Amino acid sequence: MVKLTINGREFQAEPCDTVLTVATRGGINIPTLCHSESIHDYGACRVCLVEVERRGRKRLVTSCLYPVEEGLKVTTDSDKVKRVRSTVMELLIARCPESIDVKEMAKKLGVTESRFVAEDEKSSKDNCVLCGMCARVCSEVVGASAISLVNRGTEREVALPFYDDTGACIACGSCAYICPTGAITLVDTATKRIISWPKGTADFPLKACTSCGIHFAPVKQLEYMAATAHLSPSEFELCPDCRKME
Amino acid sequence: MAVQTTKQGRLNSAAELETLRQEIKSATGENPRLITICCGTGCLAYGGAKLAQAFRDEIETRGLQDKVGVKTTGCHGFCERGPLVVIRPENILYQRVKPEDVGDVISDTIEQGKVVERLLYTLPGTKERVTYEHDVPFYKKQMRLVFGANGYIDPTLIEDYIGVGGYTAMVKALFSMTPDEVVSEVKRSGLRGRGGGGFSAGAKWESTREAHGGLKYLICNCDEGDPGAFMDRSLMEGNPFGILEGMVIAAYAIGCHEGYIYIRHEYPVAVKHAEMAIAKAEAMGLLGDNILGSGFSFKIKINRGGGAFVCGESTALMASVEGRIGEPRAKYIHTSEKGLWDRPTVLNNVETLANVPLIINRGAQWYSSIGTANSKGTKIFSLVGKVNNTGLIEVPMGITLREIIYDIGGGILKNKKFKAVQTGGPSGGCLPAEMLDLAVDFDELSRAGSMMGSGAMIVMDEDNCMVDIARYFVSFLEGESCGKCVPCREGLKRMNQILERITNGNGRDGDIELLEDLSETLTWGALCGLGGGAANPVMSTIRYFRDEYEAHIKEKRCPAGVCKPLITYNIVEANCPGCNLCIKACPVNAITSPGKKMPVILDQSKCTKCGACYDVCRLNAVEVR
Ligand code: SF4
Ligand code: SF4
Ligand code: SF4
Ligand code: SF4
Ligand code: FES
Ligand code: FES
Repeated sequence: MVKLTINGREFQAEPCDTVLTVATRGGINIPTLCHSESIHDYGACRVCLVEVERRGRKRLVTSCLYPVEEGLKVTTDSDKVKRVRSTVMELLIARCPESIDVKEMAKKLGVTESRFVAEDEKSSKDNCVLCGMCARVCSEVVGASAISLVNRGTEREVALPFYDDTGACIACGSCAYICPTGAITLVDTATKRIISWPKGTADFPLKACTSCGIHFAPVKQLEYMAATAHLSPSEFELCPDCRKME
Repeated sequence: MAVQTTKQGRLNSAAELETLRQEIKSATGENPRLITICCGTGCLAYGGAKLAQAFRDEIETRGLQDKVGVKTTGCHGFCERGPLVVIRPENILYQRVKPEDVGDVISDTIEQGKVVERLLYTLPGTKERVTYEHDVPFYKKQMRLVFGANGYIDPTLIEDYIGVGGYTAMVKALFSMTPDEVVSEVKRSGLRGRGGGGFSAGAKWESTREAHGGLKYLICNCDEGDPGAFMDRSLMEGNPFGILEGMVIAAYAIGCHEGYIYIRHEYPVAVKHAEMAIAKAEAMGLLGDNILGSGFSFKIKINRGGGAFVCGESTALMASVEGRIGEPRAKYIHTSEKGLWDRPTVLNNVETLANVPLIINRGAQWYSSIGTANSKGTKIFSLVGKVNNTGLIEVPMGITLREIIYDIGGGILKNKKFKAVQTGGPSGGCLPAEMLDLAVDFDELSRAGSMMGSGAMIVMDEDNCMVDIARYFVSFLEGESCGKCVPCREGLKRMNQILERITNGNGRDGDIELLEDLSETLTWGALCGLGGGAANPVMSTIRYFRDEYEAHIKEKRCPAGVCKPLITYNIVEANCPGCNLCIKACPVNAITSPGKKMPVILDQSKCTKCGACYDVCRLNAVEVR
């Protein structure tokens, strides 16, 4: 156990805890944009910055990654933290001027305008903030690694391999689910699932239940589940409802 | 002259190495007559290889093989004057030597002991010629320790390196010091990382030595992403065995047995020399298994990098060595504990490692007597830009900018006025004339808003616009950003936009403050050092040249006459006798003559502001406003 203070309050924590975990547990709210309990932290959005003081030296660190240590002094709302965080939000608004999620988050942090939006940029192509959560969930949780962040710098974007190779995607929809800005969408029609990423769209056929005939889950997802669980594909012939009745 | 020695193959003890060294020395003599020809990348580009061949042929034709040796060496630093030839032991320096000159050099200097005047260096602005290398102003104030052997040895011959005392430091470390003693010697020497961070090398070694885990790594960084900096390349090309020796000592100190040289593939000669040196040293038992029978083993592999600027960032470099995309990660757990493949890793730059044998040989006390209170030893800078002498220089820490620029660099080109010097590469700051007497070391530079970085120094004169310079570096860094984190990816893009509009004459009130806010966000909020240092060019130019920003924004004027949308070229009628030179020079026919011997007329509506007329006019009759 180590002792630390956050905003003057004392906390005890396991040495492997991050500042964010300890703060959240203690009811201190730190905004985040690229953090999720189910995936590894990555430190890309910088919204969760806090100020730490160690041996008299102050610096800003991302609370989602920073491990606690004995005697650490954390401030989550110093003037510098607030200024940098607001500028980061302004930069994100300028990137995705149409994103309601970004605007809402900014508003909570007291930012309503961005000084960086250029006149000709008022509408943007997509709402992706490049948090990388989709790519991380797809590789770390799903195990498919079907999408990734490609290119460097301002050219960076989320894409399928070669922009159109859906081969590895099992159409599970986890990426759409985790995306904080709705930049990935998932629509199920009667017979297929359509997933749209910031770059590229694909259709995936849904499997029809051999009993009731309803299309209940993507064929590829069922195949993937059968393969990873070493089960026979015949185990996935029925929709969940019919299966319950069996 | 290849040295013939009795001992071939592997050396099994320090004593065998000593015997070999004595044989090499007695074969060459104490002060051999030698023609050294620089074949560093710079001089090669000027025809160094052909020149060396011409010398070899000439000597053979005249049958002088026993009287004089020919050696092709690594870079001497004064590349601008290449190809360089130095006649040793007198150290007569011939510059810009061509194959046609070879005959005269041999007959006059070698056979008759006379100097070939026309090949000597001439002091700028005078007719005075300088005979000896050490009297040339470019070299006079230098202290060439790390570069000591460059210029004397053929980098492809391990015998040469051994002949000048190579591997004595390694023997001393392996056979008469404990690893802890080596660590503490380097710590006490005060050696700080030459690659940019300036972190104590000894402390780095110590924490990796103490880190848990049997498997540890040492990486030598020769990626050199800074445009304009080429000291690492020169060291690797000119003295690869010296770097390998430094690496063995470092590996012994930290207790590691596997190392990498991360080297950019645009450096073909450096790669070749490194590969050759590793093979040679291994074959002779100076690297690899059971080095010189000491029981200590250390292997080195070469890893080619793509030269991405972000790979100067240790975590990005390690990702790249692991075969992943060179993207930085948060360093809250130090790489000395969790680095390459999550093992404790020391990453040192080439120049840092090249200092190590010197420290072990001559001791921490000697080393720390050079330099300033907290920056010890020498530093290599690549001096470029608007100075008379450009090249690679090695100077003691604490030398002033003025000495570097005026004494070594020979002052500003065309006697123009000095405006600023940018130190530390793209993420360094620009220091103004008031700072010329600053004693150059790690701490002074960062106090002044710049940094040591890898040691690039770009000199600027009155014709440079500081806003334009800031824009240039920001756009370079925008292109090099990996794009992972918001402050850097989005912040640099916006910074660039703002700087562009200022230099286009569309700057707005409040733009300076906007740049300051973005600077703060980058400095404190970016994930890695690239973003963290990216605001330096902007902050330092705002700090020292705020009036130039204001002139652009408020008066729509570029004081240096650089930003095209803000300037006009005008004919000063009083100075123009109508020579009509500019009429020919103008590519868009914007200048016409109203008649013979009359001042010309410049049509502003056609002028594309290329500046051709300004460059060609000898009478100051074209003015930039
Ligand atoms: S839907 Fe495809 S891309 Fe998205 S998480 Fe699932 S497998 Fe990955
Ligand atoms: S698509 Fe969504 S989850 Fe993926 S990087 Fe963009 S914002 Fe993040
Ligand atoms: S600061 Fe720039 S280069 Fe570094 S991680 Fe962030 S985006 Fe990448
Ligand atoms: S070059 Fe100069 S002096 Fe000659 S015509 Fe042009 S402006 Fe006049
Ligand atoms: S939540 Fe920590 S950097 Fe995004
Ligand atoms: S390459 Fe010859 S002096 Fe640099």
